[in-house]
Amino acid sequence: MSDPSTQKGDFLSNLGKVYGYYTGGFVGFVLFLAVLEQVGVPNRIIGYLFVFLTIGVYALIGYLSRTAQVSEYYVAGRRVPAFYNGMATGSDWMSAASFIGMAGTLYLLGYDGLAFVLGWTGGFVLVAILLAPYLRKFGAYTVPDFLGARYGGNFARFCGVIVLMSASFTYVVAQIFGTGIIASRFLGISFELAVFVGLAGILVCSMLGGMRAVTWTQVAQYIILIIAYLIPVVLLSAKVTGVPIPQLMYGQAIEQIEMLRVTKEALAGAPSHITPFQTYDMLNFFGLIFCLMVGTASLPHILMRYFTTPSVRDARQSVAWSLFFIFLLYFTAPAYAAFAKLEVFQNVIGSPIASLPDWVRIWSDIGLVSVRDANSDGILQFREFTINADAIVLATPEIAGLPYVIAGLVAAGGLAAALSTADGLLLAIANALSHDVYYRMIDPGANTKRRLTVARALLVVVALVAAYVASTRPAGILAMVAWAFSIAASGLFPALVMGVWWKRTTSAGAVAGMIVGYGVCLFYLIGTQYYAMPLWFGVRNISCGLFGIPAAFVTTWVVSLITTAPSKDMQDFVESIRTPRGGVRLVAGEKVLD
Amino acid sequence: MPAAEPNFTRAANAGDAVDAATAKAYWSKTSGLMWLMLIIWAIASFGIHFFVGFLNQYKFLGFPFGFYMAAQGSLIIFVVMLFWFARRQNAIDAEFGVSED
Repeated sequence: MSDPSTQKGDFLSNLGKVYGYYTGGFVGFVLFLAVLEQVGVPNRIIGYLFVFLTIGVYALIGYLSRTAQVSEYYVAGRRVPAFYNGMATGSDWMSAASFIGMAGTLYLLGYDGLAFVLGWTGGFVLVAILLAPYLRKFGAYTVPDFLGARYGGNFARFCGVIVLMSASFTYVVAQIFGTGIIASRFLGISFELAVFVGLAGILVCSMLGGMRAVTWTQVAQYIILIIAYLIPVVLLSAKVTGVPIPQLMYGQAIEQIEMLRVTKEALAGAPSHITPFQTYDMLNFFGLIFCLMVGTASLPHILMRYFTTPSVRDARQSVAWSLFFIFLLYFTAPAYAAFAKLEVFQNVIGSPIASLPDWVRIWSDIGLVSVRDANSDGILQFREFTINADAIVLATPEIAGLPYVIAGLVAAGGLAAALSTADGLLLAIANALSHDVYYRMIDPGANTKRRLTVARALLVVVALVAAYVASTRPAGILAMVAWAFSIAASGLFPALVMGVWWKRTTSAGAVAGMIVGYGVCLFYLIGTQYYAMPLWFGVRNISCGLFGIPAAFVTTWVVSLITTAPSKDMQDFVESIRTPRGGVRLVAGEKVLD
Repeated sequence: MPAAEPNFTRAANAGDAVDAATAKAYWSKTSGLMWLMLIIWAIASFGIHFFVGFLNQYKFLGFPFGFYMAAQGSLIIFVVMLFWFARRQNAIDAEFGVSED
């Protein structure tokens, strides 16, 4: 890569070929490992090959994408085609929780778990129609950049940075925790050591090339994670129903589950898989969907992906592709849940404890499944069997009786999901610190070299802090991840949306709205979680955005109306980001981006 | 070296700025599309799922219909509506001559 610009051009015009060969190479690699397994290579070696070879490929992409240009570092040179940006957003978005945890949640909650499936997809509609094209037109490097320009200054920018850090930091800790769990399980090393292996995997992808490197690794990670997610359940569906399309066939599985539930004696007490509102009442079910959706449209690591497309038109198209690629995984997750449940209801519960299927024994050794014969009748009852949510996806290869190589594939997919999300989040946090805090607020005269040095140094520091926190296994922080959506939604959504859609929004209004939304949200979270504060209207604190979002909107609206209307220049600026054609008319005194 | 920013005009470029009347008409049509999308979004996200109990009486592809809508139906609506939205908005851009190219 002696001449980045021509090399980049070649790379961009050959994307289909490059990723086509890459996908073929990966499939060949999996088949090769399958052969190795058949000739007797131990499972442990296969696990090592999966983890190290995939991380090695990501590292190689990260190295090849290194850059010394600011716009390449922050927004990948704004040259990422809509289709590939969609894939990158898909893996940026789908975390370890989506990959490993969601099917398990659906297994445990049945219909009510679908709040997550709906909430984590529908938000992209809001991204497309309300924000992405306009933020792309403005041409920001970070989300707080837009707040700074629209709301005249560093105070609004700083509020944005605070909300961004609160929402993203716990989230990135959880991703690094996830990589540690997967790496330790498949490498057979201690969790603490595995966290730092994961950290190395994250840093090699992002440090040298910033957004450019993260983009092209995320595309590579998406391809691995979607193959790894689909293959086990496709094979399981073929085995159980004879048709390899799990998304269509699991309806039958649900029918059998419901039949068994009422006819099989040992299943007494099992909740229905399809009856709604058993865990969440209607208010909490719809409230959760609302908060997850608005949160999706406010999380900076997602919004910043749309800063990288070549045009406003591509930004819109790219949101559609993103949702399509995310949809492929999310509409498959309920199939995992249904097939696993059918297996448990048919072949595990009601069976003699002495002769349970092999997979139950394997996973109870690890502690993700537990079996205890409470009534000592030697037969497993529904209440005597518990399964950890994470075990559903991880155990499916064994449930389907597939070779170990498929289990290794699933681990590689989970690792790709966790690493790609961690990359995006780390970059969002480090860029807010290096671009918004350091460059825009502390040292606006810094030259390119210095800015990139600071950006890279901060990336490493944030990554190290996050890895350190993850290595302490902080139970509290992991529980807080689900809060990120409500926090981002309450703190950022109203300021961003009203900044584009209502010219009358004033700086004072937006700042007041951000502070009130964020404040209400945190007050409710901390009060209900740690100080036994009673719930308002029975709303669980995961959905605290239900209070924070309206509070922020109303505050922004009222304060804007009682303060002086924005200047003509500011109104022209808003006008200019609404129209795809033409330049952005920055307000006098606002420094242009470079 | 200053970073290259293709397709991005920095300073006010009087030549290709859009006149006020066009901008207003363009924005009212764009807003109309936004509200239409927002209504479909609200129905797919919330509206139909209020009737899950009722819909579950019917079967669709072997699924209870209410369950199907939350697990797949609404998701398919979201994906299709976003591709349609991108096309529709492009057409509006072209109609008012405000596309980038």
